[in-house]
Amino acid sequence: MTSPLGHPRTVLILGGGSDIAFAIARALIARGTGAFVLAGRHPDVIEARAAALRAAGATAVEVAAFDAEQIDAHEAIVAQAFQRARAISGDVDLALIAFGLIDEASVLDETPAAAGHVAMVNFAGAVSSGLAVAQQLSAQGHGTLVVLSSLAGQRSRPSILPYGAAKAGLDAFTSGLEEALRGSGVRVVSVRPGWVRTRMTANRRSAPFATSPERVASDVLRGLDRGDRVVWTPRLLRLVAPILRLMPRGVFRLLARSR
Amino acid sequence: MTNLDAPGSRRRLTGWGRTVPSVAHVARPGSPEALETLVATASARGATARGLGRAYGDAAQNGGGIVLDCTALDGIGAIDVGAGGATITVGGGTSLEAILRAVLPAGWCLPVLPGTRHVTVGGAIAADVHGKNHHRVGAFSAHVEAFTLHAATGERRTVTRASDPVLFEATTGGMGLTGVIIDATLCLVPIETRLMRVTTMHTADLDATMRALADADGGHAYSVAWLDLASGRGRGMVGAADHATRADAPDASLEAAPRALRLTTPPLPVSVVNRATVRVFNEAWFRRPVPREALQPIESYLAPLDALDAWPRLYGPGGLLQYQCALPAGEEPALRAIVEAIRHAPTVPALAVLKRFGPGSDAPLSFPLEGWTLAVDFPAGHAALGAFLDTLDERVAAAGGRVYLAKDARMRAEIVPLMYPRLDEWRETQSRMDPRGIFTSDLDRRLHLTRGSQA
Ligand SMILES: Cc1cc2nc3c(=O)[nH]c(=O)nc-3n(C[C@H](O)[C@H](O)[C@H](O)COP(=O)(O)OP(=O)(O)OC[C@H]3O[C@@H](n4cnc5c(N)ncnc54)[C@H](O)[C@@H]3O)c2cc1C
Ligand SMILES: NC(=O)c1ccc[n+]([C@@H]2O[C@H](COP(=O)([O-])OP(=O)(O)OC[C@H]3O[C@@H](n4cnc5c(N)ncnc54)[C@H](OP(=O)(O)O)[C@@H]3O)[C@@H](O)[C@H]2O)c1
Repeated sequence: MTSPLGHPRTVLILGGGSDIAFAIARALIARGTGAFVLAGRHPDVIEARAAALRAAGATAVEVAAFDAEQIDAHEAIVAQAFQRARAISGDVDLALIAFGLIDEASVLDETPAAAGHVAMVNFAGAVSSGLAVAQQLSAQGHGTLVVLSSLAGQRSRPSILPYGAAKAGLDAFTSGLEEALRGSGVRVVSVRPGWVRTRMTANRRSAPFATSPERVASDVLRGLDRGDRVVWTPRLLRLVAPILRLMPRGVFRLLARSR
Repeated sequence: MTNLDAPGSRRRLTGWGRTVPSVAHVARPGSPEALETLVATASARGATARGLGRAYGDAAQNGGGIVLDCTALDGIGAIDVGAGGATITVGGGTSLEAILRAVLPAGWCLPVLPGTRHVTVGGAIAADVHGKNHHRVGAFSAHVEAFTLHAATGERRTVTRASDPVLFEATTGGMGLTGVIIDATLCLVPIETRLMRVTTMHTADLDATMRALADADGGHAYSVAWLDLASGRGRGMVGAADHATRADAPDASLEAAPRALRLTTPPLPVSVVNRATVRVFNEAWFRRPVPREALQPIESYLAPLDALDAWPRLYGPGGLLQYQCALPAGEEPALRAIVEAIRHAPTVPALAVLKRFGPGSDAPLSFPLEGWTLAVDFPAGHAALGAFLDTLDERVAAAGGRVYLAKDARMRAEIVPLMYPRLDEWRETQSRMDPRGIFTSDLDRRLHLTRGSQA
């Protein structure tokens, strides 16, 4: 159970190698979270993260194999992850969907297959694994699902069009899922960062409002404490997002080109 | 009586502290047969008995599973007066309040009453509750002659201390995990009036309070102390009491209930409990003129907070966290150190109550042990409070003490076997009674009490 002091005891992360997820996990450990199940694609990466979390004070960390594109396996993998969480600690109090894949090239230079993979990971993979998690949480009558989306879901530039379109679809899914979960005891939180300095953005030019994974983590924890449904990070993006959505195409084009 | 709610009415439940909610299928069986049907339908998330939800934490919750609201398993039999005293047989969901209403006019009282009358007999046995007279009479279960238990296997068993001492003791203090208590036969004690003769004195600091409590225990049946942890040296107030005799109150009638006052607290958007309000409240509380001796109705003496309905709402949406620990006699230095630590806790300790316990029972999970018990209310929700209370747990365990499961919502599983060293022995009995692991609760899953709790 999430403690009455607001910290989850047991956390499941899908996309356990993500830099942002790692920062959130460390911030949770500092507040008293003890147990983690990390699921991800590359065992060596996940194992290294598990070791780092143990070193940071986690009492129990388990790893599991998970590929966002292997949609047919999600239900079973998530069920197993919940079982392992119970074996080491208890019900999953907080589940984090943190995997993501960004386009390597601007849309017309991208292979259609690469674009399809981006859409698959960020949308279809998040839908199936997110739903599997939601069903498990609902069956235990409590818990929080945190989904990492993006500011890019508000309006997409050609340079990351499949990514932004997939995140937009994901936002539609999570807000509808939240409605469907009313009365189940399960909370859904959508996190929408701007540009964060992580492995994903390592080879890209920085954008306005660039921030760090640590800052994202502290904004996420604040949002959890406050009971927010959407967490913009940096927080200023709450004001920027509607402007971005509503600005005339010409202005948006100028902005997008300058990047 | 009918089954009001089908298993399937999903409800969000918390304990009295209003923290850690979970959603469960709540059903209210009106008969032992209806109960049996419900227990048989339990899924992997199992079933949990619930009384009046006065446990502060997650003991009577079962996220995703069935919660059996036992309050319709009520009913009060006739008072059975024999040579050795009187007994009464009541339903497991009967409230102590209802029993008092029935027995006080006849000149009988329940031997053990907790700080609220709004608890059920099942809840009182499951937590083996204690009263302000523990030093004289022990805990609730010491005065239980027998109970009927609905076991996970569907079997219904009448249990006495003689017929099955192991099961009797695993159930008293067993937090509902050995089965559902359908009815119980309780001993009654005779009273001459419905009043208490109460003596109150002020003390300057913790040591003086501890001495005054020890003195009071020698001469009085009931005793308790309030500590003002927000003030400089930790002043206190010690109350000692006895049932008033006819000589104390010649005009008192057994039939007429002394008038009770009931106020309600609206839900508040914020907590009004903070360091400033606590100082003001304690100042008024400790300085109000109290007569050294007074006569007070039994109900209001034993359960002063019952007059203020839903008072945890004062703590706002974050809820309230009560920390209650027991420390063995001889561990007074540890008690002093713990009180001192609490005075500097990250959030303000609103109300602190100190009491001496007499010898504990043989029940493996029963809370009282001979020595001291300290209960402190904190507003929940402060990030640093968790780590602070974890360190208190460690101090308590190191001193051979324990935390009260009926009040807990936050302890860690690792510490429980240190506080309750006979946990394994209890698990043995529990799993014999419930081999498929049907009875569980949010508390059970959090603290890994039963063997099946981690499945
Ligand atoms: C203001 C206040 C003052 C209090 N003062 C004291 C005090 O002085 N001393 C003390 O010891 N406690 C005290 N308590 C705690 C309270 O007495 C216990 O938590 C008690 O167990 C609550 O009974 P309930 O009927 O509300 O049970 P619940 O809170 O509903 O349930 C408590 C436990 O009992 C089990 N249970 C309930 N009914 C049954 C049943 N029929 N069969 C089997 N198991 C069952 C539940 O599964 C759960 O584990 C106080 C609580 C409050 C709110
Ligand atoms: N960084 C930003 O600027 C930014 C901004 C807004 C939103 N976000 C979102 O935040 C989340 C975390 O990103 P991050 O910044 O922490 O980047 P990151 O460190 O690159 O993490 C992304 C993770 O996704 C995993 N992943 C990719 N494809 C996968 C697949 N098919 N199956 C399983 N895992 C897969 C990667 O695992 P591998 O190790 O196997 O590659 C990697 O661990 C993502 O959802 C991202 O879209 C990031």
